[in-house]
Amino acid sequence: MKVLMFGWEFPPHISGGLGTACYGLTKGLAKIDDLDIVFVVPKAHGDEDQSTMSLVGANSVTIEQVQSHVEKFKSQHTYLEVESQLVPYNDPDEYYTFRSQDLYGKNKFIKVDKDGKLEFSGKYGADLMEEIYKYAFVASSISADHEHDVIHAHDWLCYPAGIAAKKVSGKPLVIHVHATDFDRSGGKVNPKVYEIEKMGMDAADKIIAVSNLTRNIVIEKYGQDPGKVVTVYNAVEPVSFEEKLKIKKGVKEKVVTFLGRITMQKGPEYFVEAAYRVLKKTDNVRFVMAGNGDMLEQMVDRAAQLGISDKFHFTGFLKGDDVFKMFLLSDVYVMPSVSEPFGISPLEAMQSNVPVIISKQSGVSEILTHAVKVDYWDIDAMADAIYGIIKYNALSEVFKEEGKEEVDNLKWAKAAVNVHDVYVSAIKLLEPLVKN
Amino acid sequence: MKALCLYFQIHQPLRLKRYRFFDIGNDHYYYDDYTNESIMRKIADECYLPANKIVLELLKTNKGKFKISYSITGIALDQLEQYAPEVIDTFKDLAKTGDVEFLAETYSHSLASLINKDEFIQQVASHSDKIEALFGIRPSVFRNTEMIYSDEIGEMVSKMGYKAILTEGAKHILGWKSPNYLYCNAINPKLKVLMRNYKLSDDISFRFSSEGWKEWPLTTTKFVGWLNEMDDKEDLVNIFMDYETFGEHQKKESGIFEFLAHLPQEVILKSKYKFATPSELTSEFHPIAQAHVPNVISWADEERDLSAWLGNKLQDEAFRKLYALRDDVAVVNDDRINKDWKYLQASDHFYYMCTKFASDGDVHSYFNPYSSPYDAFINYMNVLSDFQIRLKIVKDGLAVDPEELQYQISQKDELIARYERELSELKN
Repeated sequence: MKVLMFGWEFPPHISGGLGTACYGLTKGLAKIDDLDIVFVVPKAHGDEDQSTMSLVGANSVTIEQVQSHVEKFKSQHTYLEVESQLVPYNDPDEYYTFRSQDLYGKNKFIKVDKDGKLEFSGKYGADLMEEIYKYAFVASSISADHEHDVIHAHDWLCYPAGIAAKKVSGKPLVIHVHATDFDRSGGKVNPKVYEIEKMGMDAADKIIAVSNLTRNIVIEKYGQDPGKVVTVYNAVEPVSFEEKLKIKKGVKEKVVTFLGRITMQKGPEYFVEAAYRVLKKTDNVRFVMAGNGDMLEQMVDRAAQLGISDKFHFTGFLKGDDVFKMFLLSDVYVMPSVSEPFGISPLEAMQSNVPVIISKQSGVSEILTHAVKVDYWDIDAMADAIYGIIKYNALSEVFKEEGKEEVDNLKWAKAAVNVHDVYVSAIKLLEPLVKN
Repeated sequence: MKALCLYFQIHQPLRLKRYRFFDIGNDHYYYDDYTNESIMRKIADECYLPANKIVLELLKTNKGKFKISYSITGIALDQLEQYAPEVIDTFKDLAKTGDVEFLAETYSHSLASLINKDEFIQQVASHSDKIEALFGIRPSVFRNTEMIYSDEIGEMVSKMGYKAILTEGAKHILGWKSPNYLYCNAINPKLKVLMRNYKLSDDISFRFSSEGWKEWPLTTTKFVGWLNEMDDKEDLVNIFMDYETFGEHQKKESGIFEFLAHLPQEVILKSKYKFATPSELTSEFHPIAQAHVPNVISWADEERDLSAWLGNKLQDEAFRKLYALRDDVAVVNDDRINKDWKYLQASDHFYYMCTKFASDGDVHSYFNPYSSPYDAFINYMNVLSDFQIRLKIVKDGLAVDPEELQYQISQKDELIARYERELSELKN
């Protein structure tokens, strides 16, 4: 079986859980016999791990007659412009730069370099919509060049690409819903993004949702047939512990960590308020908010206003090893997400022997037993749980041991088998049509 | 005869390095040596050394007629000693002429006068000690960080034995009155108050090279002309500014050094003014009135208040948390702790956390190592957290019981004895 897979980012160029999930899943799929993947991303940087699949950068495809083709593609679908605050997914490092920039101008020109290749930035930004449609156009040409049996498109950014590829090859389309705009926007759904998402789901032969939470949203909010939507939970890559043990913890106090984009979806404000409550009871604790995002400044202000800034620290965006370093220093990990389709980071924390507190509004809470689950808005319950874990050693020991065992049993290989089953059923769906 | 008083401020912030959460408890060195050294070197070469050369020449050729005054913060002196010691030598040369006055201020360029009287007194004393040690004369006139002044601060300074204080001739304080007289403190009239003529001062320090200004180019003839046009009844003119005006705020190419070199002759030959130091003003003139300054003023920004350093949530939080440590620092009295304590108090740290971006944004971004006030706050609080931890460790260490201490001392004695034995063995 040959799979044509469309993604948006790949390790080490990751700005969120999406890239991690794509990477883990493709590694799991590679273990299945007789399964090849062509993974397409915009802008191949050249240093990705290519051992498990062949990576085709969309910008290494020569394009001709760009202007007319894209216009044609756009005329079939609605062409969209996005105001910057609607950009669904920000690269934390780029955030400050593109926020201050003017929006993409009224006149759209697609840049083609000397060899007639499209130039992709490969980062989320103001000209995101432009990128998505360029990518979709390139997808159709890749689809014609690479033989395949099934198309797999990750998240809404790639749905148009998946649709375009399907139009060319006529092969079944599987779309993988890692998040919906209902999660990202906290209810204030961007109609333009919704339209693309719905278009993708309507065109798909099978839909994979990362949790039942997400599956329900897909069925209810996007009007999809429940029989078409399958839940496949994410997993986590095993990590080696040898190199991780070198870090020296500089502070004596217990460390409670929030790690993620500091945006409304992740509920950072509930973490700050819970921290304030815990600090009223004990000063043997420090809180760390790691990450970057459009709510960072508001959080810094709030911590200052509450007068807890000497116990509440900010690290900015953490890259690579610093994430593991942060876990190693942590005694509790808190994910107070308002709406989290899945949430891989608590699993990474548990791997590092860190007890986790997660919101009930997360997909990962459906599969975890050895984690504290609270409503994201229930600051008192969150504070209570934090206090309990840092104060009572027995509790944190149980969470560490049981949690580790639990998370070690979540393997991408298992998830991959489930995804493979979806491929098979999608191909079967189209078979009678082919025969006739 | 009227008097013209020239006073220059010398300060360079000691910038903190990027200090992350991971460093707390592990790394106890907070300063960005590379940046501090390169900026200090640059300013020494472009400003302090060439300006001092010209001033020395002027003092010699106009012996007794040209007077000038300076204040140099302790933080600037510490950095000069480390990175550009020859600058201190040139200041010593200036001091030897006898026509230069060095003023007192806070060691750390700090805001201590606003929050902790004990700390303020201690810092001013340690600064005066340092000035006396370097230049041979103990200061008798005080200038507070950023010209910060109020009636209460004046009274405090008066009690500390200083006979005069410099401050801003802020429009909202003076109203219809003129800065060109000697004033005195409203609570204790013994303390004289010198008001900066901000118009004439800023003509040199801010506007000198701005070509859009209708008076550009500013020549010494024009400037002395303005001095001569002043009301005959007025006694004096106070020109106060950063010394970095020469060669740094106003670049060499603007002709600022030529302006400095020719101003004294022009004043001496063509005006009704003589040069005077702040001390001389204090003894030669009588105060015309009390200066009523119930609310604190400074020389910064359009508002001439404290809003550049304090007032937003970030600044207030950092300021509160810092000075909450003061009593412990005093109890512990450890050399290394004291040193960092001094440096962490510098007003510059709070200045970087300022969120007013409107009219004075340019001035705030000058040599600012941070990309945003939030960035400045986060970095500072991380450093402060480490400082807190160290302070606590040392303080808890003081509480060890005497037996334990005795044991430690005997251990150390044994070690010393062993080293001495080894040393003598090696010698033989």
